[in-house]
Amino acid sequence: MDFALTEEQQMFRDLFRDFAEKEVAPLAEHNDRTEEPPIALLKRAASQGFMGATLPEQYGGAGMDFLTYCLLVEALARHCLATSAALGIHTMLSAMTILDAGTETQKQTYLPRLAGGELGTFALTEPEAGSDAGALQTRAVRDDGHFRLDGVKSWVTNGGPASVHVVLALTDPGAQRHGLSAFIVDAKTPGLTVGHREPTLGMRSLDIRTLYFDDCRVAADNLLGELNQGWPLVLRAFNRVRLSLAAAALGAAEGALALGVKFAVERRQFGAVIAEKQAIQNYVADCAIEIEALRHMVEHTAWLADTGQEYGPQASMAKYFGARVAHETANKMLQVHGGYGFSDEYAISRVYRDVRALRLLGGTDEMQRYAVAHDIFQDQGLKIQP
Amino acid sequence: MDFTFSPQHVALRQMLREFCEQELAPRAKEVDRTGLQDPAILRWMGELGMFGIPFSQEYGGAGAGEMGYCILMEELNRACPSTATIIGAHIGIAAMSLYLDGSPELKRRYMPDLCAGRTIGAFGLTEPGAGSDAAGIKLRATLEGDSYFLDGQKMWITNGPIADVIMVLAVTDPALGARGGATCFVVETDWPGFSAGKPEKKMGLHGSPTSLLNFDEVRVPKENVIGQVGMGFVTFMKTLDIGRVSLGAATLGGASVALDASLRWVKARSQFGRPIAHMQSIQFKLADMATEIEALRALVYRTAWLVDSGRPFVREAGMCKLLGSETASRCIDRALQIHGALGVSRDFHLERGWRDARIAEIFEGTNEIQRIVIASELLQEIGVRIHP
Repeated sequence: MDFALTEEQQMFRDLFRDFAEKEVAPLAEHNDRTEEPPIALLKRAASQGFMGATLPEQYGGAGMDFLTYCLLVEALARHCLATSAALGIHTMLSAMTILDAGTETQKQTYLPRLAGGELGTFALTEPEAGSDAGALQTRAVRDDGHFRLDGVKSWVTNGGPASVHVVLALTDPGAQRHGLSAFIVDAKTPGLTVGHREPTLGMRSLDIRTLYFDDCRVAADNLLGELNQGWPLVLRAFNRVRLSLAAAALGAAEGALALGVKFAVERRQFGAVIAEKQAIQNYVADCAIEIEALRHMVEHTAWLADTGQEYGPQASMAKYFGARVAHETANKMLQVHGGYGFSDEYAISRVYRDVRALRLLGGTDEMQRYAVAHDIFQDQGLKIQP
Repeated sequence: MDFTFSPQHVALRQMLREFCEQELAPRAKEVDRTGLQDPAILRWMGELGMFGIPFSQEYGGAGAGEMGYCILMEELNRACPSTATIIGAHIGIAAMSLYLDGSPELKRRYMPDLCAGRTIGAFGLTEPGAGSDAAGIKLRATLEGDSYFLDGQKMWITNGPIADVIMVLAVTDPALGARGGATCFVVETDWPGFSAGKPEKKMGLHGSPTSLLNFDEVRVPKENVIGQVGMGFVTFMKTLDIGRVSLGAATLGGASVALDASLRWVKARSQFGRPIAHMQSIQFKLADMATEIEALRALVYRTAWLVDSGRPFVREAGMCKLLGSETASRCIDRALQIHGALGVSRDFHLERGWRDARIAEIFEGTNEIQRIVIASELLQEIGVRIHP
């Protein structure tokens, strides 16, 4: 076994940290307050190769492995979870799905654009289909060299500023998710309308939209992967984004812990800094222990992915555990801040709001645990349903 | 033993429930967005007698006791936590400190207006360097002739920007410090030398204005001392003890409204071909919420009974605040989780409830302080004295 990062990974980590401290940290509060997606920041990230981090160099990517990519997301999330999520969904769900299933022409057409900083989405969720992908209703009907898309997609991250959408629609409605196909839809396609921007508790700069497809004609060439083979693409995309969210949770938790520790050594009550109190020490110790465990889960899961092994179950576990750790850490570190923790003047209240959605997006806590339990019981010959 | 509410308390709750659901709940989103509660609503609530619920009729109150006050806070917090906080600070700590230890003359001067909501009260304890360590206050009161001159700052004062009357704890004898050397005063906010800062920007309770208070040689007549000179710290600590009961009641309202919302949603929302109510992950959250809420309800109203019947209640009051704030946070967090993406949307009320609830684990004595107080009482009984 070898737990050390390679020299190249260490070099990248230093680069990511430097970028995050210089470029991301100063904007985090601004992003939250204005709720504007940090487009200029993401362009700068693209110029460093971060928006196509895991794409091969031939498509304009940086050719990083998953472990290196996780170091990137961790570094960004430490200062601004919303920025890391915009990049993570763009990279892991949108760009990597095109890499996964795209034709050579599709890859050459779209991946350099995405790596160059044009934003991508992954439009799966619908108003009646959140955790339950079997309830999807958006249709794609073949029509003379085209597919006509009709339906509504909700909670589409990067929906407003994106120029490329990966859209999942039913091509065989009777077969439910096994009749699902993926399409690459250019944002300018007639019949596609960007709707309601979700105002959210946290990660307020994430541009989350409802997308309306109304007789939206997509060229047959834009079918991504095989007809009716969308669901396996979704499952692989979920694995990637869960790993990415786990790394983001790790970064957010580390950032929260650092804020609490800094406050604890400065704030004096009862004649001493509050770091001298056992209650505070226990909060800090519990968080540090959980963060350490999470780090190893993230790195191990990334290593499985990089070495071509099955990593789906581990990604679910790491995402679930990470979301809990990030939430707990932000909660405890807010408590360390006392009344200051409730004030917008201190970053911890934003972090506390931001991390809450980690327990919902990319599969809720409940769905991750279902996925884990599903695999355990499957080994016993029992197939459980949600 | 009798666990039923009196007919008067039942009628009070019914009146409050109707008012809160019809008048407060529909405005709560706007109050959060703008950071303002409509003063006309507050005046109306004053006219209905809500600002003097626990106090005796002799001073303009409704005479409904701690029990009635807890019912008020539970109902208000179901509908609009910002408004509940304005009234909680007004009754539970501001007016209460005067009511507990003020002279009859001083009470006759200020209580009727406070009870009718014609004036709004605030409670000035916390300072930049004195949060949990309240004995570390520095605001000075110096006696010159017939008046005291108050000089210093208070911070995080609920109702600070809208208060007409502030009960302020100040150091009258620095040699003795807070214990024995602190005195509380009634200060009118239009007196020269007083100014309130801008409302703080906070994560939640946007409609409950909180600010810094500046005292620049504010002249306060001697008659405005609450209780005895040098005994102010005791008055304030007693006040906070009672306030923790009603804060527990408020958290009960926040928790129970989250459960009610969840029950509606799990029936309406279908996934995997049936309402999510059929999922055990959901069912167990509902059961845990209901169980914790029931325990909290029993604790809060039993403690209110301890207060009203003149029994010792300090330890239980700390428990009300501790259990209540953590129960509310947990229940609202579970409700948010049950609602999925809708839970984190500002188009819906749960994310506001989630933001609003969090401060209850911090203000009026952090939960760490509550644990210290409770442990300190337990250990004192076996002869062990502890220090924070």
